[in-house]
Amino acid sequence: MARVAVDVVIKPEILDPQGKAILAALARTGHPGVSSVRQGKHFDLEVDDSVSDADLEQLAATLLANPVIESWTVTRRAPEPAAGAGR
Amino acid sequence: MTAARSAGSAARIGVITFPGTLDDVDAARAVRYCDAEPVALWHADSDLRGVDAVVVPGGFSYGDYLRAGAIAARAPIMRAVIDAARRGLAVLGICNGFQILCEAGLLPGALLRNAGLRFICRDQWLRVENTTSPWTLRFEPGAEILIPMKNAEGRYVAAESVLDELEGEGRVLFRYMGGGPGQGNPNGSLRDIAGIGSADGRIAGLMPHPEHAIDALTGPTDDGLGLFLSIRDWIGVSAGVGA
Repeated sequence: MARVAVDVVIKPEILDPQGKAILAALARTGHPGVSSVRQGKHFDLEVDDSVSDADLEQLAATLLANPVIESWTVTRRAPEPAAGAGR
Repeated sequence: MTAARSAGSAARIGVITFPGTLDDVDAARAVRYCDAEPVALWHADSDLRGVDAVVVPGGFSYGDYLRAGAIAARAPIMRAVIDAARRGLAVLGICNGFQILCEAGLLPGALLRNAGLRFICRDQWLRVENTTSPWTLRFEPGAEILIPMKNAEGRYVAAESVLDELEGEGRVLFRYMGGGPGQGNPNGSLRDIAGIGSADGRIAGLMPHPEHAIDALTGPTDDGLGLFLSIRDWIGVSAGVGA
């Protein structure tokens, strides 16, 4: 079993009005110094060992993200500690 | 493909229902108004029941989870629609249906959150930019029509090269027009695009709702009927030449 993170964000050349609204809200609520916000999606996957990096790239490119408008990164994360370990 | 039919029999136009579809009933009603036969198609089936054309109606298929239209585009019925469309079946996507056709790769580009972040519900003026496609041939060149729109994710985007190609090939079918009430670009769509078609025009999509404007009693106009009359006529001609 492996843990995988897929992060998806709208491409930089495409207007992200939600990001702009969040940026304005940050300024209004006393968080100066932020010059840009882009809102995206984060997926946590648990996959078995048969799933290759190529498989992960494929599922990200064909379903989790729409390549027309979004870019994405796939990151394999450190495995969870074994159940009950250290307790 | 267009089934061989005897002259005089009604065109059969499929209307797909996904979980969360809202406008299938109005789409079927619009088909009936044109003396064509609506054929109910179910998302989980993969049988197109021999229809001559398909309407993918609006709503919130699969709750708009992941992205609007993303899950529906991968439903069993859409596999069949994609295969048939690649062989020449005429397909119209309205609102969520347009989003589904883009997600399915049948039309280029994508539809994103409206620039103003609001759900927009209003009667909207459009110019019909191409009056030779199977879905628009009944309109006069330069026709201006008023039909409802109602969406939160109607902002059409595509790469500049794709937009240039669409314009150059006459594939922009409908454009937001004017600057008065109910006019102008409501959502930041690039090049004011409200609807587009495939290179041969058989596959078309638009965000506003022609099926809600087929009778002055229940809609702002009957302008939307033009799309359904167009495809009915086109199917009749196709059948007549033995396509």
